[in-house]
Amino acid sequence: MKHYLAQVTITLRTSILDVQGKTVEHALHALHMPSMSNVRIGKHIQINVHAPDAETAKEQVETACMKLLANPIMEDYSVTITELAGAMA
Amino acid sequence: MRVGVVTFPGSNCDADARYASEYTNALFDAQGQVFRVWHKDSQLPADLDLVILPGGFSYGDYLRTGAIARFSPIMEQVIQFANGGGYVMGICNGFQILCECGLLPGALIRNTNLRFVCKDVYLRTERTDTAFTCSLASDTPTRLLRIPIAHGEGRYTAPPEMLDELEGNNQVLFRYVDASGQLTPQANPNGSERNIAGIINKTGNVMGMMPHPERAIESAIGSDDGAVVFTSLAQTIASGSQLITSES
Repeated sequence: MKHYLAQVTITLRTSILDVQGKTVEHALHALHMPSMSNVRIGKHIQINVHAPDAETAKEQVETACMKLLANPIMEDYSVTITELAGAMA
Repeated sequence: MRVGVVTFPGSNCDADARYASEYTNALFDAQGQVFRVWHKDSQLPADLDLVILPGGFSYGDYLRTGAIARFSPIMEQVIQFANGGGYVMGICNGFQILCECGLLPGALIRNTNLRFVCKDVYLRTERTDTAFTCSLASDTPTRLLRIPIAHGEGRYTAPPEMLDELEGNNQVLFRYVDASGQLTPQANPNGSERNIAGIINKTGNVMGMMPHPERAIESAIGSDDGAVVFTSLAQTIASGSQLITSES
């Protein structure tokens, strides 16, 4: 078994107006940074996962996303998995 | 009527919901009883007619509103009760929980103005043939209700095809309107799609609404328009009629 760090990013679905993102975008433009657009604000969740391999770790976290961490009606999620150093055999 | 009001950690309208139910029972059903139901309970009280999921901030709104409460032990029983045809009403946070657990479609997200909005709003009652609204005369201005809202995350949202399905099935029960009953963007306090304030499930026994009818049952505190919801339920339950809508 190995230890992995799962990093989950959850944002509102692109079809839903992200008013926080819009407000921040306006603020960036006010700060003379017109090159920036489409700001989306979401959640970042870190989880340590104990699994035989990275693929299994990702599957487990995706299941957690579908069941609890994200609401597919209003949110999109993405998962990245990194192996943690010092993993136990 | 026999009413169970669920208390989650962070519920803050449970006492009001019990009071409104007791007040209604005093008028319509002296034999009626109102029960406190704890979120950790594994059984609902026997022979309930109605379960109310009250307003508040269950589990501090962590993760998403209603997302954690939805997995409370009692919710399995509530879902079973609803699927068996029992009446379930979710108010504010209760509505959010009903959406999270899938008893009602859609979701509730941050208000478009990013503010907590606490004020009276006007609602247009779209149907008077439901267990939750039948005490309203269908053809009079009394279909307009003045009821308070108090929420930061009440923007009703759903994919367009789901919204069309809701409309097609006549599942929108309340919409935000102005004092003259007109549906305007200004009358929409939170940016809800199509001014939706409350919806009902296809079978007509589960209803969720963001406004607080339990806070408007006596004119002494500003409005008694919310009593309509409780009176309708009491009358429906007393008559034993099943105001179940067909899937049109």
